[in-house]
Amino acid sequence: MEVLSLLAQGFGTSLLPLNIGIVIVGVTLGLFIGAMPGLGSVNGVAIVLPLTFIVPPASAIIFLAALYYGAMYGGAVSSILLGIPGSSTAVATTFDGRPMAQQGKAGLALIAAAVASFIGGTISVILFTAFAVPLAELALRFGPAENFALVLLAFTTFVGLGGDDAMKTIAMICLGLVLSTVGLDMISGQPRLIFFDMPGFFAGISFLVLAIGVYGIGEVLWTLEKSRVAPTVTPARVTWSEMRAGFAAAGRTWKTMGTGSVMGFFVGMLPAAGATPASLMAYGIAKSTSRQPETFGKGNVEGVVAPETANNAASTGSLLPMLSLGIPGSPTTALLLGGMVMWGLTPGPMLFIEQADFVWGLISSLYTANLAAVLINLALIPVFVWALRMPFSVLCTLVLVLCIVGGFAPDQRMHDVWLILVFGVVGYILRKADYPLAPLVLALVLGPVMERSFRQALIAAQGDPTTFVTRPLSATFIALAVLFFLLPVFMKLWQRRKGSHPA
Amino acid sequence: MPSRFTRRAALGVAAAAALSTALPAPALADWQPSRPVEMVIMAGQGGGADRLARLFQSIIQQEGLSRLPFMPVNKGGGSGAEALRYLKDNEGNPHIIMATLNSFFTTPLQTDLGVDIEEFTPLARMAVDTFALWVHVDSGIETLEDYIAAVNAAEGSWRMGGTGSGQEDSLVTALLEAEFGITHTYVPMGGGGDVATALVGGHIDSTVNNPSEAMSFWQAGRVRPIAVFTDERIEAMADIPTFAELGHPIEYYMQRSFVAPGGLTEEQQSYYIELLRALNETEAWQNYAREQALFTDFLYGDDLMAYFIEQRELHAQILASMDDPS
Amino acid sequence: MLKALLKAESLIALGLMGLSVYFMWHAIERPIGWDGARGPGGGAFPFWLSLIMLGASTAILIRAVRTELRVPDLKPFFEPGMIGPVAAVTLALTITIALMSWLGTYVAIPLFMLWYLRVFGRNSWKVTIPLVLGTPVVLFFFFEVALLILLPKGITEPLFFPLYAMFF
Repeated sequence: MEVLSLLAQGFGTSLLPLNIGIVIVGVTLGLFIGAMPGLGSVNGVAIVLPLTFIVPPASAIIFLAALYYGAMYGGAVSSILLGIPGSSTAVATTFDGRPMAQQGKAGLALIAAAVASFIGGTISVILFTAFAVPLAELALRFGPAENFALVLLAFTTFVGLGGDDAMKTIAMICLGLVLSTVGLDMISGQPRLIFFDMPGFFAGISFLVLAIGVYGIGEVLWTLEKSRVAPTVTPARVTWSEMRAGFAAAGRTWKTMGTGSVMGFFVGMLPAAGATPASLMAYGIAKSTSRQPETFGKGNVEGVVAPETANNAASTGSLLPMLSLGIPGSPTTALLLGGMVMWGLTPGPMLFIEQADFVWGLISSLYTANLAAVLINLALIPVFVWALRMPFSVLCTLVLVLCIVGGFAPDQRMHDVWLILVFGVVGYILRKADYPLAPLVLALVLGPVMERSFRQALIAAQGDPTTFVTRPLSATFIALAVLFFLLPVFMKLWQRRKGSHPA
Repeated sequence: MPSRFTRRAALGVAAAAALSTALPAPALADWQPSRPVEMVIMAGQGGGADRLARLFQSIIQQEGLSRLPFMPVNKGGGSGAEALRYLKDNEGNPHIIMATLNSFFTTPLQTDLGVDIEEFTPLARMAVDTFALWVHVDSGIETLEDYIAAVNAAEGSWRMGGTGSGQEDSLVTALLEAEFGITHTYVPMGGGGDVATALVGGHIDSTVNNPSEAMSFWQAGRVRPIAVFTDERIEAMADIPTFAELGHPIEYYMQRSFVAPGGLTEEQQSYYIELLRALNETEAWQNYAREQALFTDFLYGDDLMAYFIEQRELHAQILASMDDPS
Repeated sequence: MLKALLKAESLIALGLMGLSVYFMWHAIERPIGWDGARGPGGGAFPFWLSLIMLGASTAILIRAVRTELRVPDLKPFFEPGMIGPVAAVTLALTITIALMSWLGTYVAIPLFMLWYLRVFGRNSWKVTIPLVLGTPVVLFFFFEVALLILLPKGITEPLFFPLYAMFF
């Protein structure tokens, strides 16, 4: 096998002492950046990129890859412990991670998340090693129509009919989608919905601002009001037996992990999609194929495992079109691409031929970075869990400070900090009135891609809306999306029939 | 004032005479930043402008051109509207500089921001990026005649990909349409990388990408340049004719300059100009520019402002000739 | 009837209805129709989605009023006695964010923590003092030194010049 010998050569590079040291530093730094609400892999890579010019290119990309992995692991930490998704890819992790933490199972959730991330990362790196070049060609077949259909599918796998109050769900989805259109309309190049003529709205409303507001400040206000009634955070401790239970629980979900990894890898590979839709779809699939879908959202460990395998698998997947075609699938990979260009490497089809050393050094470093990330993460779990044992008022203070500073940091705009406060208070009130907030946040995350690809597809097709159903890939996704949307209705009908004819 | 100016000039001459590039000239300037300098980028993270700005930041750091670091801050909202307003609101703040692209001209022309670019302090133009017309190799189009024929045969449904209406590539498309009397369906795709990818994937029919964005696909035999929008051939793609050579003198460039907020003192302005001049002379930057088909005509101070005004005029004309973009 | 409208459920629905109308009013600045060859205009997405939101919140309002008229909900919207603390924290956050731009992060954040930990949370000085003094130091080193993100300093900026010279 030619691939294996190339990979062995690659390990020759990535196992140099300098590079191992770099992986450890990169993963640790990434873990903390990812665990910080507001900062994610894109900020980490952007900040560190210029510092990488002092080491050889192979070491530099290894450092960035380690940071990238570390940040993906770290995202789960803030989702589980604080209930604030550190980045859009970790939104789905909050759905069950947060309830688990509230039930005193934070350690279990963190271990499951770490194991799931490791499995997702490993399976996807293996897929990467085996099929890098042919798969990249597949990604190219995704045009605007396919992207629209895919995002629609991601949305419906999560938000089906049933569950919460349908009217309130619809109102929240629409609110999120409308908020996602604030700022510049990319298609016409004109500004729209610039409320009160404030220049801050030109940049649109970032997902992070809404998430930090709703899940950070809103959550603190909520707990504050309820705290005299019942404390929401049960202190957790990590013992060996709990560690073992965590591994066992993760092990039982191997089916979910397998689906999550493979799906995450493929969706992550598509330039316009990436890790966020991948993690949502994995969550949706895990929920709808589960025997007890009603336990999801209430602290089912599978609800943590599914999105975590998928988002790590997707982060590897998105490296694939970047290396083999020179196409960045996410802002983070765009920065990595920029770094490679500055080091004098030209990503693209020629890279695998002309710079085989570099490519295989990188691929092998993905294996080492993944291993380092899971070990460092597991070692730090007691520290993370210990943070939850702080007195409630201390924890609240720190969360609020992190919300303010973390909301400011990504774009360095006070406007965003004010918005966080507004969203926090509004989110708190909406939550009290039983409006579901997850659809609101998801709509803001997926809205921009949805609208843009919808309109791009129509422009390219001269305004002909049949373009979505006449293209085979797009038609398939749309059919699946409709199916997922109506699935809860079918399930109810089916259960009713089953109920009327007892076996 | 005059005496101070002379002293600075004398120092400058002394520095230039006494030192090679080993010691950066700005170290001797009359004014030094006292806090890290914010480098505002008129585009989001990951785009071409962002990558370039971060390259500058890293060279400044690597070569020790500044004692305090330059910190990139992305303010890409509203095609740079956010960045322009930010600069305007920070008038007189000497610790902010902005990396510009052509939206520096087009955004204030299209949106009423209350910003006049003449009020900013011009620093230096680092590079001029070029444009070329690209098609997919499978289209079988090899010459400009083939291209015009194909676009005409499509009767308006020829899909020209670009980053967004009102962006540089839509202006180049408008110039093409005016020159040849053809019509395209302009499809906004987002970033320059998305545009190149969509062409390779066959989701659009042609692009006017910067060479740096499409070069690797060309080398891999996926796309083909038809002609370049420059006055002379580009070194990295010497076989490709210019439009002028083919009898259609269409030229368009993307400038990459630095400006500072208005109201800076002359000392502050010259500190940055000297720093950027030293940056321009580094080997790292010159190599990068050559590979990426960038022209590096260094232009600074008042000459740069004259260039800005001329370019704004030009963009106003092109925009006026285009249909209402909304 | 009026009493039913003044219940939290109805008031929130009314608020959402108002918000949708406001969004629609903004959206019509851009074309909201379908241009034959180019698909929907720039205002179409926000406009029609706001209209659906208006419909959904109107339905919520009607339902709330009807339920209220049939079976009045006597449970208060806020936990009794807890609206005070929630309002206090919201006000404190507002003041803190306002102070950040003026006196800077390193004044606003410690003041907020001092208030929250000592006055609001009634922690001992032994817990309060290290946190109030330690957090700004950690913030400075993590954000400014390690990540090169400058936090707002307002008028206290000159005090940081020596620190910049030392750590950069």
